[in-house]
Amino acid sequence: MANIISDETIEYVGILAKLELSDEQKEQAKQDMGNMLDYIDRLNELDTTGVEPMSHVFPVQNVFREDVVSNGDTREQLLSNAPAQKDGMFMVPKTFE
Amino acid sequence: MKEYETVIGLEVHVELATKTKIFCGCSTAFGAAPNTQTCPVCTGMPGSLPVLNKQVLEYAIAVGLAANCDITRYSKFDRKNYFYPDNPQNYQISQLYLPICRNGGVEIETEDGGTKIIGIHEIHMEEDAGKLIHDDWEDCSLVDFNRSGVPLIEIVSEPDMRSAKEVIAYLEKLRLIIQYLGASDCKLQEGSMRADVNLSVRPVGEKGFGTRTEMKNLNSFKAISRAIEGEAERQIDLIESGEKVIQETRRWDDAKGESYAMRSKEDAQDYRYFPDPDLAPVVVSDEMLADIRARQPEFRNEKMKRYKEEFDIPDYDIEIITGSKHMADLFEAAAAICRQPKKVSNWLMVETMRLMKEKEVEAEDLRFSPENLAKLIMLTDSKAINSTVAKEVFEVMFDANVDPEQYVEEKGLKTVNDEGALRRTVEEVIAANPQSVADYHNGKEKAIGFLVGQTMKAMKGKADPASVNRILKELL
Amino acid sequence: MSIMDMTAVELSAAIKSGATTAVEAAQIMLDQIEKQDAVYNCYVTVDREGALKQAEEVQARIESGECSGPLAGVPAAIKDNMCIEGMLTTCSSKILSNFVPAYTAEAVLNLKKAGAVILGKANMDEFAMGSTTETSAYGVTRNPWDTDRVPGGSSGGCAAAVAADECFYALGSDTGGSIRQPASYCGTVGMKPTYGTVSRYGLIAYGSSLDQIGPLTKDVTDCAAGLQTIASHDVKDSTSIERGDTDFMSALIDDVRGMRIGIPRDYFGEGLDEEVKEAVLRAAKELEQRGAAVEEFDLSLTEYAIPTYYTIAAAEASSNLERFDGIKYGYRAGDYSGLHNMYKKTRSEGFGEEVKRRIMLGSFVLSSGYYDAYYLKALRVKALIKKAFDDAFSKYDVILGPVAPTTAPRLGSSLADPIKMYLGDIYTIAVNLAGLPAISLPCGADRNGLPIGLQLIGDCFQEKKLIQTAYTYEKIRGAFPSAGKKEVE
Repeated sequence: MANIISDETIEYVGILAKLELSDEQKEQAKQDMGNMLDYIDRLNELDTTGVEPMSHVFPVQNVFREDVVSNGDTREQLLSNAPAQKDGMFMVPKTFE
Repeated sequence: MKEYETVIGLEVHVELATKTKIFCGCSTAFGAAPNTQTCPVCTGMPGSLPVLNKQVLEYAIAVGLAANCDITRYSKFDRKNYFYPDNPQNYQISQLYLPICRNGGVEIETEDGGTKIIGIHEIHMEEDAGKLIHDDWEDCSLVDFNRSGVPLIEIVSEPDMRSAKEVIAYLEKLRLIIQYLGASDCKLQEGSMRADVNLSVRPVGEKGFGTRTEMKNLNSFKAISRAIEGEAERQIDLIESGEKVIQETRRWDDAKGESYAMRSKEDAQDYRYFPDPDLAPVVVSDEMLADIRARQPEFRNEKMKRYKEEFDIPDYDIEIITGSKHMADLFEAAAAICRQPKKVSNWLMVETMRLMKEKEVEAEDLRFSPENLAKLIMLTDSKAINSTVAKEVFEVMFDANVDPEQYVEEKGLKTVNDEGALRRTVEEVIAANPQSVADYHNGKEKAIGFLVGQTMKAMKGKADPASVNRILKELL
Repeated sequence: MSIMDMTAVELSAAIKSGATTAVEAAQIMLDQIEKQDAVYNCYVTVDREGALKQAEEVQARIESGECSGPLAGVPAAIKDNMCIEGMLTTCSSKILSNFVPAYTAEAVLNLKKAGAVILGKANMDEFAMGSTTETSAYGVTRNPWDTDRVPGGSSGGCAAAVAADECFYALGSDTGGSIRQPASYCGTVGMKPTYGTVSRYGLIAYGSSLDQIGPLTKDVTDCAAGLQTIASHDVKDSTSIERGDTDFMSALIDDVRGMRIGIPRDYFGEGLDEEVKEAVLRAAKELEQRGAAVEEFDLSLTEYAIPTYYTIAAAEASSNLERFDGIKYGYRAGDYSGLHNMYKKTRSEGFGEEVKRRIMLGSFVLSSGYYDAYYLKALRVKALIKKAFDDAFSKYDVILGPVAPTTAPRLGSSLADPIKMYLGDIYTIAVNLAGLPAISLPCGADRNGLPIGLQLIGDCFQEKKLIQTAYTYEKIRGAFPSAGKKEVE
């Protein structure tokens, strides 16, 4: 396996993706990600010098809205799925700044 | 101790004055109840999709042109990924790789009276976050998404500033440009203009840059000045004591006058930017650019030049008046109505400035209309009210933009032009003040002033002082 | 002909003629679901009351002449990643186990306007990540042709429901083959339209630049009717395209004379099951006999489509799925200390293994230091793949090949080796990268009686050529039995 994923990398990716893995899951994730990256590394067989990265397939451009208010108060609907709420707001664990 | 130089760059966020949010049709109006100006898009509901508000693009380009930037002809939006409760998608739609404007600069005046160009690295469009309210009772935080998705432009300067004064001058310059464009009201206190300060220090003469920190939560020019001075000092102290400055984001606590690091082990500061697949690229055509260019307003320098040619008012007045877009608009509109530019300017320079200072009102927040100011001037011109009354009326206008004609009428403040009534009052005053009359006859010219005052008092201020004077002299 | 044997378009005609009613049709479907779905598990949610109420309303609209489209009155299933106002929408994930949207996906709105009766939400791979519908948090869906086998995925619930006569047609979504492959495994027709043809508003995103909604149906006519009904230019979707040629039923023409069909040699190499290969090449031969110009060619880059796809899809997914954080909707972990722990616990408990695997891969390929090497590299290869298709379509109207290397695999045989599972997407995935339309339709069965799918790929906006070719082939092939009958030739 060309790509060895370290404990630090898995830990770091866990912070980025907000996922918590057990030790066993971490080992599995290291293996899976290493295998996948090995597989993805095959793309390096292709010479892409001078090729522009293509993020959008179609030449669709300049899709705009006019600056006109079209939405009203839908707070009740918004909050209907909230796991916790208070005073018309979403309740979350305390944020420290 | 070595001499150090402070190197400062700014990231300025400006809330644009659009009616709706950047990617949805929700209102941006202030003061609504929490979460009543939201929709699936600006609250990150699954399956919702963003569509760009055209006005945001036009404002961004207009600011870019005014700040001498190159406009990016093929621009894109990117996602900035980070988890925080005020960020409903847990990514912010912003621009990293192809921002709408680049390579600009604005001129500021330096402390020594010279000028200097502060480079603008880029201007990009992005969405604002929601608001977090801390609830001590429940020991939790509450999220309101009314501000989520409000359009922002972020203006990133080059590290070209060397002092707090230059920073303030640069901010004032930006603010003026943006206010002239009508793109934002740029109020620091209310958060419609926010500046993050990137600061490093280096020994004078050194070419390379030191390690910089980013300072957030600066809500006034005063706070910015203090934070800059405080942070420069902190960095110099670190270096002098042999320690290293750490590249980090710090939060300024203006009440305590100190900053602290905003770090946590859960905060990787790795935003994984990538082009947002939900938004189409923005291609700025020659036509679009020409159109926006044609709609650019007259900026301050042009306005000052024109005022000098058009109006016979002192240069100092011109400088003050054009220093606020709102005041310049007031001036021009009022002058156009009453055709007395000099008097309009006087009202702005004297009474307006006095009351602004007294009541701590910013020029952009002046409430009286040019129509009412013009009416007031015309009322005094026609001698319908005297200058003392005019000042009283103006103060009411300043607070509540009342119609001076109506107000004068309602309060019965009109000058009494009834010659008979005036004559009777003067006669009474003469009769009641024999001593002053005697003084006057004995050559004490000043005594007449007292008698005029007494007459005005008896008339409750509603007399024309010149008429009172004439009748007094006649009867004496 | 019993109602159940009718296609969607036939049923709508029967309702309009008064031979049956929308209510009767809905009731028959609900009875089928009641009878069979404990075994097949095609649905996550069945809206019995709602369906009957809708059927009554639609019946009235049909009778008043207000509703006259080809699918008016016909009961349908919707993949559970499309939001429907007031109906549980889970993406087959625990993290959305209690999410009831207040808005309806544009494609579903279009269906409703056209008189569809929505029976419920079809099972799928969690967040559309998978090829078997085994990653659903609400149990596997079984293939109606053989209940020990998977229905394919990720729109497995849709394909199985059509095959098992638990609906007349369904709306699925296709990010890398998620409509075409289950359609193939279940012996139904499935179409992935040109990117931008159907609005994505209300479709819970997996890979935004690749996702596209499309129909799964009993035959090509229903497919054209379904696509015609859902296609629209939506101002709420910036990637939606305004096109004036969405009268897809006009392409139901039994004629392929002069149609230039290319057969990519790359699609018939190692890994392709012999029986699948034979069936697909036989279909090509039959089309040739009807006057199509069939020719083999080298498409190139086929093997690179999979790593390219998984890089791009995982990257987009890692970002798209960040919003599931336990704050605004869905599942929140019960026990946590502080904000970040709440995020981590909620997401770790709420997402399944395959979803987590792709989120982690996606976060990694976008992370500082790897973005250029992985993500941008993949976008560059995507450009090359697009170019390869452009070259092919300068010579051919239609590219013909298999949908998947094999027929439906056994339950439990795929998930253990992710890469092997991903290899099963080899013929479908490039289509999404290039934004092309493609259709899957049955072209035979293997020795176990399992359906084999034929894939036709067209250039952007050339759905009509695909429909015409598929329709012609369907006429040659004759009726394909439904799974209920299991009477395969």
